[in-house]
Amino acid sequence: MAATQSIAKRTSTQSNFVQWLSRLPWWLLFLILAGIILLYQFLTNELYSVILSKLTQGIVTTIFVTLVAFTCAIILGLIAGLGRVSRNRLIFNLATLYVQVIRGLPMLVQIFYVAFVLTPAFFTVLNAIGMALIPVLGETNFMLTSNTQDVTLLARAMIALALAYGGFEAETFRAGIESIGRGQMEAARSLGMSYVQAMRYVILPQAIRRVLPPLGNDFIAMLKDSSLVSVLGVRDITQEARLYVSASFRYPETYNTLAFMYLTMTIILSLGVKWFENRMGKNGRGS
Amino acid sequence: MGAVPSAKQPMIVIKNLVKQFGRIDAVNGVSLRVEQGKVLVIIGPSGSGKSTVLRCINHLEVPTSGEIWVDGIRLTHNHKDINAIRAEVGMVFQQFNLFPHLTALENIMLAQKVVRKRNRDESERVARRQLERVGIPEKADNYPDQLSGGQQQRVAIARALAMNPKVMLFDEPTSALDPEMIKEVLDVMQELAKEGMTMVVVTHEMGFARNAADEIIFMDKGLIVEQNSPQEFFSDPREERTRAFLNQILR
Repeated sequence: MAATQSIAKRTSTQSNFVQWLSRLPWWLLFLILAGIILLYQFLTNELYSVILSKLTQGIVTTIFVTLVAFTCAIILGLIAGLGRVSRNRLIFNLATLYVQVIRGLPMLVQIFYVAFVLTPAFFTVLNAIGMALIPVLGETNFMLTSNTQDVTLLARAMIALALAYGGFEAETFRAGIESIGRGQMEAARSLGMSYVQAMRYVILPQAIRRVLPPLGNDFIAMLKDSSLVSVLGVRDITQEARLYVSASFRYPETYNTLAFMYLTMTIILSLGVKWFENRMGKNGRGS
Repeated sequence: MGAVPSAKQPMIVIKNLVKQFGRIDAVNGVSLRVEQGKVLVIIGPSGSGKSTVLRCINHLEVPTSGEIWVDGIRLTHNHKDINAIRAEVGMVFQQFNLFPHLTALENIMLAQKVVRKRNRDESERVARRQLERVGIPEKADNYPDQLSGGQQQRVAIARALAMNPKVMLFDEPTSALDPEMIKEVLDVMQELAKEGMTMVVVTHEMGFARNAADEIIFMDKGLIVEQNSPQEFFSDPREERTRAFLNQILR
């Protein structure tokens, strides 16, 4: 009797242990292991440490591009998102046009387009206006003297990314706003608030809380897509890697390092987003 | 437009109101008037258009045709006028519609600040007084999800009252409540009626209608079937349709 009981106990602790094993985040352990191997390489292997220090020169650009472009994208997205829920047909159509064009074009194509079509076109128009205004502003007004070269490729790349992500964030904000029940708008309006006041004080505070987790994920996606700016020669970590490879032909070492750097950043960020989501879930007012 | 202040002027006048949703006629030509300080209760089966009439009074629904006058001002499509009238017309919803991201106190303060332009101190003072009035001053700092349905509805009433409305509209205020919470909300409403507030109430609470109403309107299929005093309405209704409805719900 006692023996069978102890066996049952042992098998149950055994199966507990197996369950515990199977629940471990193996994917994370695997990544950490790979990371440790790479870290060891960086410390001991001279080639790896050279590559790491080369790529690190681009890290500021990568982070800068991501932060600036994402901030602009949020502002653009909020404006376009409000346009998408507007009852004003003109505003609605403009916002929808923007969103549909953005969503229908590959991001890489958008970057080329902004950098080499829209920016020159903008200055052509600006110069024409400057030309027309010579009688008023004189021959050296800034609209005549400025040209495409004044806008760096870095700036053009950030504008392109901001426009591209603005289109996605517009739909995120639209979904967030539409997820707030009709009654909230009615209650606010019934108290005499204007549409704008109701949006600002009642709808948006709730909607933004709801879209924070998706925005966090989009921030991670932006960090990855910032690598696209390398096609314009902007020296982010991807461009630094490409430059190093083209001179050294050290493909595995260079791209191992590049992947390591992106993964480190994205995994840390995604853990942060997850933590934030959990915290929101615990006291999620407005959800 | 110009509002003429006069003591005898009716608070609400509706002339031949029609509201269609697509091809469906929700309201088929309703006319009524509510004098100052009176309580009008509208009852009727669901889909009879009673909520729609109420929602037209502060333009949450835009009438298809007909005229609505509130305190001598005609409701048109002019946004400024509509916002001005809404500030004078308090509305209480079936689903409370409190703002979940704000505490009870902040719920009551928000519109005072942005619509009435009262400063923080004054709107807080008014908010606390209204919470006192509806009997839950201790819940000031609670969020809506920490309150029972009855408490939420009382906060919603306080929120509307804080705007010093001239009329209060109630759209089935107790229909979403558990039975044990209905009384606390009805008590607040009865108190309001006693204080002389002009009220239009859509409800299924016959007890409230009997006790608090000055007049009862029975609606069916978008039309007013019977308009009567509460005594006669319940003891000796004029219309066959009313009798059938009352038999059904009073049993």
